[in-house]
Amino acid sequence: MSNFAAPGGKASSIPLVGREVEPTLFEMSVPGRRSFQLRTTGVPEMAIEDIIPASHLNPKMVEIAEVSERDLVAHFTRLSHRQFSVDLGMYPLGSCTMKYNPKFCDAVAAMTGLNGIHPAAPASLTQGWIELLWTLEQRLVSITGMAGATLQPAAGAAGELTGLLLIRAYHEARGENRTRILIPDSAHGTNPASVTLGGYEVTTIPSNDRGLVDLDILKQSLGPDVAGIMLTNPNTVGLFEEEIQEIAQAVHESGGLLYYDGANLNAIVGVLRPGDMGFDVVHMNLHKTFATPHGGGGPGAGPVAVSERLVPYLPGPRPVRLADGSFGWSNVATSIGRVHGWHGNALVLARALAYITVHGSEGLRRVAQHAVLNANWLRVRMSGFLPAAYDRVCMHECTLSAASIKAQYGVRGVDIAKGLLEEGFHSPTVYFPLIVDEALMFEPTETESLQTLEALALSVERLVIRAQTDPESLHAAPRSTPVSRVDEARAARMLKATADAS
Amino acid sequence: MADYIPHTEEEVADMLGFLGMNSLDDLFAHIPAALKLSQGLDIPSGITEPDAAALFNGYAANNVAANLLCFAGAGAYDHEVPPVVRALGSRSEFVTAYTPYQPEVAQGVLQAVFEFQTLVSRISGLPIPNASLYDAATGMVEALNMAAGSTGRNKMIISSGIHPHWRQTARTFAHGTGHETIEVPLKNGQTDWSQVDCADAAAIVIGYPNYLGVLEDVSVARALADKHGALLIVGADPVASGILKTAGQWGADIFIGEGQPFGTALSFGGPYLGLFACTEELIRRLPGRIVGETVDTEGRRAYVTTLRAREQDIRREKATSNICSNQTLMAVTAAIQLGWLGTAGLREVALACARGAHYLQEQIVTIPGVQAISDESFFREFAVRLPMSSETAIVEMAKRGFLAGVSLSQLCGESDASIEGDLSRVLLIAVTERRTKAEIDAYVQALREVVSQ
Repeated sequence: MSNFAAPGGKASSIPLVGREVEPTLFEMSVPGRRSFQLRTTGVPEMAIEDIIPASHLNPKMVEIAEVSERDLVAHFTRLSHRQFSVDLGMYPLGSCTMKYNPKFCDAVAAMTGLNGIHPAAPASLTQGWIELLWTLEQRLVSITGMAGATLQPAAGAAGELTGLLLIRAYHEARGENRTRILIPDSAHGTNPASVTLGGYEVTTIPSNDRGLVDLDILKQSLGPDVAGIMLTNPNTVGLFEEEIQEIAQAVHESGGLLYYDGANLNAIVGVLRPGDMGFDVVHMNLHKTFATPHGGGGPGAGPVAVSERLVPYLPGPRPVRLADGSFGWSNVATSIGRVHGWHGNALVLARALAYITVHGSEGLRRVAQHAVLNANWLRVRMSGFLPAAYDRVCMHECTLSAASIKAQYGVRGVDIAKGLLEEGFHSPTVYFPLIVDEALMFEPTETESLQTLEALALSVERLVIRAQTDPESLHAAPRSTPVSRVDEARAARMLKATADAS
Repeated sequence: MADYIPHTEEEVADMLGFLGMNSLDDLFAHIPAALKLSQGLDIPSGITEPDAAALFNGYAANNVAANLLCFAGAGAYDHEVPPVVRALGSRSEFVTAYTPYQPEVAQGVLQAVFEFQTLVSRISGLPIPNASLYDAATGMVEALNMAAGSTGRNKMIISSGIHPHWRQTARTFAHGTGHETIEVPLKNGQTDWSQVDCADAAAIVIGYPNYLGVLEDVSVARALADKHGALLIVGADPVASGILKTAGQWGADIFIGEGQPFGTALSFGGPYLGLFACTEELIRRLPGRIVGETVDTEGRRAYVTTLRAREQDIRREKATSNICSNQTLMAVTAAIQLGWLGTAGLREVALACARGAHYLQEQIVTIPGVQAISDESFFREFAVRLPMSSETAIVEMAKRGFLAGVSLSQLCGESDASIEGDLSRVLLIAVTERRTKAEIDAYVQALREVVSQ
């Protein structure tokens, strides 16, 4: 058995402080206080009425808040102390790939020569940025086994919709009117939502009892009206679609295209490529596989790479290297057009290239290998008290089920998840994927140590024992966090979305 | 080669033994061999952080625009971002958090977003904000989708005073939604509604100020929307709310805006911040997340993402939008920046921008051959026609230390309904509170030289 001489740290070792309510910025406001300081411009101070017609002027001031710089710092620092983060502890949130975000990548994004650049500055003045973006596109194309890419989509869902519009453009150029997209019942919710916005109808493909796409039903569902299929591989229960070659062949034979949802790319990066599996379109979540920080819900970045036949339709303008070795922008008439106000989430893209540059080919392969190693170790380590929904080798995440714990003790998956917060770990993903009863999906990522994994497993084991001995305490968990369980029904029923709402 | 994996070789061997495996390859044994990469990826070998830093310093050094005094705008502005905002906005608790799915340990982000939403509501003059969208361009697409859902119509009347990139983005996504987008030309910098048929329109979209900086009479658009039962979408510069009427005061049903001016660096265009707010009637069609106030089991005030039944993970193909990740960190930063500015600061910034722009405009039209493209009132940005190509002028001005503005031929292509006639000589110029009189005077002198050459 493993040596755990070095204990794994967890966030319960620090005070995620505060059981007292923090006032809002508006409650802290005192008329006349201020913190801003601006340049002394020397520009003539014309009367506002002399430069803006009265009909446009707001007779009232828009009230913000009036606080001192010291109070501003205290307020947001206290808020930050009421927030779990990767830097604080393990975030085993399945399907979210909450790995360590290297500080080096942040330092790159903080370079004035990158973050101080206006997006409309001409190519001759922004050669470094265009080269950076062009280089990233080359890397992503290599990593996915595709022919070209767009960096514009701002997040995974934006990438999905972009990919679907590319599929649409391809079929329309061939004079084909295809109306349906196939999606497995285990898919992320963004997939069907994107399909609707792409102007397609969803046909759901059930999973078989092994947690994989049912190939027979898939084949029966194909036809001349099917534009394509969206797949996540490994899929959302963390299992590899072993029949992917047969799936690809069947879809292509019926004239459809294959879309790869790259949410789970961390499991295969450097080991397999979606292009070699037969996919035509791939979106990547750079904030997952390539470790750009998630910012509490964004920004992400969702570049889309495509096979040769879809390259003509990619959003423009695209970064290109010109014959003289300099860099510029290219736009082609067949492009679907732009999908972002400028060039995409550029600083996120720069961070991702920094991550790829440091890792290189072998480093990225090690990422996938160790992500899969950690997930399987955790799956087997916990099998005695929290069984896997599918008892075999998983990829980068494992889907466990609290169904038997619920049946025996009345403790649900969400109670285990909330209990983990008291233990100093972020919860796993709960109740997703929808096809697993009382699902708890753990994704440890490759950056967590063996000692941390052991500490997590011991915590989960303690919770399962608590489920037997003291289930009520788990229904009431968590108690040691800044707030306990919140009244979600009240939030929806009596909506208060601003401090001004009554 | 470097990575951030903590395992020692002994630990890996130990873990594999625990799984009954001999090598890391065994973890992938169930995958068809034909699919596996026999060689590595076709990308360079990894290098250390210090070696990579040299590479990225090289990219940064090749962006010579970094050294220029910025007079470019077009939705991306060079505002003051003070050290206090940078310090708070880069706190790793905000930067490295995930979406607040577990509110008990996410009150920090949730409360900051609640404060952001309050500020968006006040700036827009509309009661229902959301927790952010990617940027203003995609925000406008969400607004169009909302209008289509609300009215059951698909005809979108968009003023060409809306930023060209926003309009281009709307055209792209219309391929999927089937929306008909009709762009209304400008005349003298103002939308010319006289020729457009607004019957059966879902939405009428207007910029305030429009992308050329001109202050449009939004009440004309409101009246058209009322007449035809369409929603009014106002794409407003949020900084303008420091002195100008809000979108809500003009009667907007939906406000969209680019939040970059509130604490986000120019960043080569991203990540930026899509601002969005609407009336209460439209709340069930709101795209993306919204944070609401509630209480915990002990009665303490708490925050949580709410009205979740609209969202993609629950509603799937019937969701109001497909958005999941948004721009939360930029939203938190905007709340911090606005907290720093305060009531007086927002007004002072808006005023300083307007004064600087008017001061520059008065000087620049004294240069022979330089003409304003409109004699209408403007806020902090304006367009002029030069006696030469604006792209050439920008290159020449860069040699003198200025990013002179944005060339409309670069922004729009060869022609655009917003400009009558040739747009290759049109230069769009913005002034922020960071530009001094001395810098503006030097700019005018430099442009005088450039156009006389």
